[in-house]
Amino acid sequence: MTALLELRDLHAGYGQTRVLHGIDLTVDAGGVTALLGANGAGKTTTLRAVCGMVRTTGEVTLAGERIDNRATEDIARRGVAHVPDGRGTFMELTVEENFKLGAYVRKDREVTSDFEQMFGYFPRLRQRWKQQAGTLSGGEQQMLAIARALLLRPRLLLLDEPSFGLAPLIVQDIFGILRQVREAQGVGILIVEQNANLALDFADRAYLLETGRIVVSGPAQEIREDEQIRRSYLGY
Amino acid sequence: MQGLAHQLVAGIATGGIYASVALALVMIYQSTHHLNFAQGEMATFSTYIALTLINVGLPYWIAFVLTILISFAMGVFIERVMLKPMHNASVLANVGVFIGLLLVFRNAMGWIFDYTIKAFPSPFESDHPLLGGLISGHELGSTAVTLGVLGIVYVFFRFTKLGLAMRAAAFNASSSRLVGIRVGWMLALGWGLAAAIGAIAGMMIAPVVFLEPNMMLGILLYAFAGALLGGIDNPGGAVIGGFAVGIIENLGGAYLVGTELKLTLALGIIICVLLVKPSGLFGRVVQSRV
Ligand SMILES: Nc1ncnc2c1ncn2[C@@H]1O[C@H](COP(=O)(O)OP(=O)(O)OP(=O)(O)O)[C@@H](O)[C@H]1O
Ligand SMILES: [Mg+2]
Repeated sequence: MTALLELRDLHAGYGQTRVLHGIDLTVDAGGVTALLGANGAGKTTTLRAVCGMVRTTGEVTLAGERIDNRATEDIARRGVAHVPDGRGTFMELTVEENFKLGAYVRKDREVTSDFEQMFGYFPRLRQRWKQQAGTLSGGEQQMLAIARALLLRPRLLLLDEPSFGLAPLIVQDIFGILRQVREAQGVGILIVEQNANLALDFADRAYLLETGRIVVSGPAQEIREDEQIRRSYLGY
Repeated sequence: MQGLAHQLVAGIATGGIYASVALALVMIYQSTHHLNFAQGEMATFSTYIALTLINVGLPYWIAFVLTILISFAMGVFIERVMLKPMHNASVLANVGVFIGLLLVFRNAMGWIFDYTIKAFPSPFESDHPLLGGLISGHELGSTAVTLGVLGIVYVFFRFTKLGLAMRAAAFNASSSRLVGIRVGWMLALGWGLAAAIGAIAGMMIAPVVFLEPNMMLGILLYAFAGALLGGIDNPGGAVIGGFAVGIIENLGGAYLVGTELKLTLALGIIICVLLVKPSGLFGRVVQSRV
């Protein structure tokens, strides 16, 4: 397997505050990597570092090309789609306009057929087509955020707590769709989740972050089955 | 009756100017949350450029189009050179830049074109009034031009991909970057468009009020009032507000308080509206579920 995303000795922070202290992490092409850790560990910051939303030192490599300290919009144009915490949809605009913006940088002619594909994944979005995104339910907004990200036709999808604030049934739905997406599109995924069980079930690789350092890493299945790790870090 | 109709038509004609300038103000306000105090001076400067081009012998409409293009480039340039470094600066620092910009333009105009009042030609026949004295040729023509501009701007923002990207960048810069929109350039384009719209307003009003460095001062006040009335964060509202101010000004000036107090009347009405609806008549109340 070749690496799609590689972080090497990645440091990041906000102003004077250092948050990440040298992170090494890999997402395989078409693979799913889970990033776990307590509140404030630096998970969101890691995703922001990948897409150039915070200043970093160290290496970020996407399919062999260094992308660290490039502008966020250039990283997006290289096929990195980010569903940030807080979702990153355009609340004031309609579902239709959010779709169009998701595909903003694409020049190919398959955009409309991809819209149909998104309706296949998320039929409720078709009914909300002309509605302002801010008026959607929380679950619908998360669906829209994922659809918006997929419409970039990304090579790498960054997901920040996609289950946050959603009812268990909707969470199941969304993870079911993420599995389909992974199969159908071969997109690599880096997912941050509070729900460790859910994430480890979905991922093939996992990392555990503690105050800006990786403390455990390995195949997701091994971590899931390791009593010791579960008790001391994941708390269940 | 004839008099009333005439005042109404004249109100719509000046209202179109206010609406254009209000739109220019709102376009920049929406994406930066700053008011460009120099918008009026930029428009006046553009009008001087038009006059210079006409004086060197270019036909009116060629000078008109060239002025729009030059003003657009000037707006883009100002944003890239003077305001881009200010994106993370404080509100006061930004206000400082706008005031600086205003002074630079005002002094440059005085120095290059001198402070004397100049006549500016109208491309429309204005010798004999049309429709039985209801409207002058220039009023009709300039109303058509401003309505055309507002229509084109509406179609651009509503139906084109670039227009959508500019709106997205104004609403939510960080999400826009995540879909690959070059937000900085969208801001610069917004400045270019605002400068171009201001230039058209300047060229349309100059035959009526004559050209001098302070030409747009009063107009900027009315336009600002219109923008506040309609909703400073709503382009459509600002346009309607601009027209409303033009009509109120003309009717009030003719029938209620006389020309000396018409500005006071317009501002009084606006203050009353804002007391009742602080975000303006059409101010955006973002619908969102938290
Ligand atoms: N914009 C910011 N400015 C300053 N400090 C920040 C900012 N965002 C996060 N931090 C700090 O960085 C640290 C890591 O935050 P981060 O959001 O990456 O954590 P997280 O692992 O995603 O936590 P959570 O599970 O609560 O989302 C925290 O101490 C936080 O206070
Ligand atoms: Mg987080």
